[in-house]
Amino acid sequence: MRNNWIYSIVGIFTISIFILSCQSNEEIEYAHYYVNGKTAYETHCQNCHGAKGEGLGLLYPPLTDTAFIAKNKNNLASIIKYGMSGELIINGQSYNGEMPAETHLSPIEITYIINYIGNSFGNKIGHYTQEQVQQDLINARN
Amino acid sequence: MMRNLLFTIAFISILALSACQSTNTDKLPILGSREPVTTEVNGETVTDTVYHSIPDFEFLNQDSLPITGKTFENSIYVADFFFTSCPSICPIMHRNLLEVYKKYKDNPEVMLLSHSIDTKYDTPSVLKSYAEKLGISGNQWQFASGTRETIYGISPEYMVFTEENDQVAGGFEHQGWFILVDKDKHIRGAYNGTDEKEVAKLMKDMDILLSEYEK
Ligand code: HEC
Repeated sequence: MRNNWIYSIVGIFTISIFILSCQSNEEIEYAHYYVNGKTAYETHCQNCHGAKGEGLGLLYPPLTDTAFIAKNKNNLASIIKYGMSGELIINGQSYNGEMPAETHLSPIEITYIINYIGNSFGNKIGHYTQEQVQQDLINARN
Repeated sequence: MMRNLLFTIAFISILALSACQSTNTDKLPILGSREPVTTEVNGETVTDTVYHSIPDFEFLNQDSLPITGKTFENSIYVADFFFTSCPSICPIMHRNLLEVYKKYKDNPEVMLLSHSIDTKYDTPSVLKSYAEKLGISGNQWQFASGTRETIYGISPEYMVFTEENDQVAGGFEHQGWFILVDKDKHIRGAYNGTDEKEVAKLMKDMDILLSEYEK
């Protein structure tokens, strides 16, 4: 009887440790992606889109349109990898420029960047996985 | 490559020189080559220094109107080299130059002059649309287009390296300097246009330079 109690306490304890550590693993992964994403953003995107995602006049759109980013979170990988052109409404303003393709970026670098821009400048899309990015890129190809 | 290196070395030396001289904050140095010119005045030999100055030029601006050295004769100005489809440093430079524009907006003694080094694609109408999207109206900030010879010919006069080069992103290689020129077309300062701190220094120096002309 007493042993049963001990077993179940140990059991619950072990399970919760697993759950807790799983969560914090994901959090650690997210933090790691976000930090790397900031660096990659500074290297590849900040010149046009600005340190605060503010854009530049009507030449380069800001990344602060949270509704656009949330709605297009599955398109971000494709925008980054293959570029973008044509008319576009961001924060109620019309843009018609050309974003060059960053074809040299790997899926993991793209994942870093999406985690950064998707959770900065007012955006909150949460953790975005590399598997999802790979799927997005395949979808963009079809 | 070699030329690029030489330009960089020349620039670093000039910067080092100007750094030494800038302890005297009420007057900016005159940069560039200088030549002693000896003349005889009342039997005595007098040596004067002739400083490098920007030679006359003629370009078309964003309104397809000619601009020359005369356009800038009553103002100090900041010159740079860029192109509208530039994927690298130009957006940073013009984000920074926009701050300079805002600070001196409607000051008739201050002008800006951006030369496009993409002499094929950047026609006056392309430059006009670029200027408008940047938020520029009027003619205080001039966007110059010219021929290959005139544009690439004038850039060394500002001590800025430019080159057509397929190997770099966008197809043109150039340095991101902002060059401060006084009303006599002498170069009075050179600032890294991608560095906010240097651009802040540029604006301080512009105030110092403007105060030279106060009567
Ligand atoms: C050379 C300048 C330039 C660079 C570098 C650049 N972009 Fe863009 N970006 C643009 C332009 C121009 C558009 C608008 C395209 C259009 O009008 O269709 C755009 C659009 C976008 C959009 C969709 C519109 C918006 O504002 O939300 C996103 C997202 C985006 N860029 C993210 C990035 C990321 C991430 C990077 C770095 C990997 C990057 N960009 C690098 C110029 C650039």
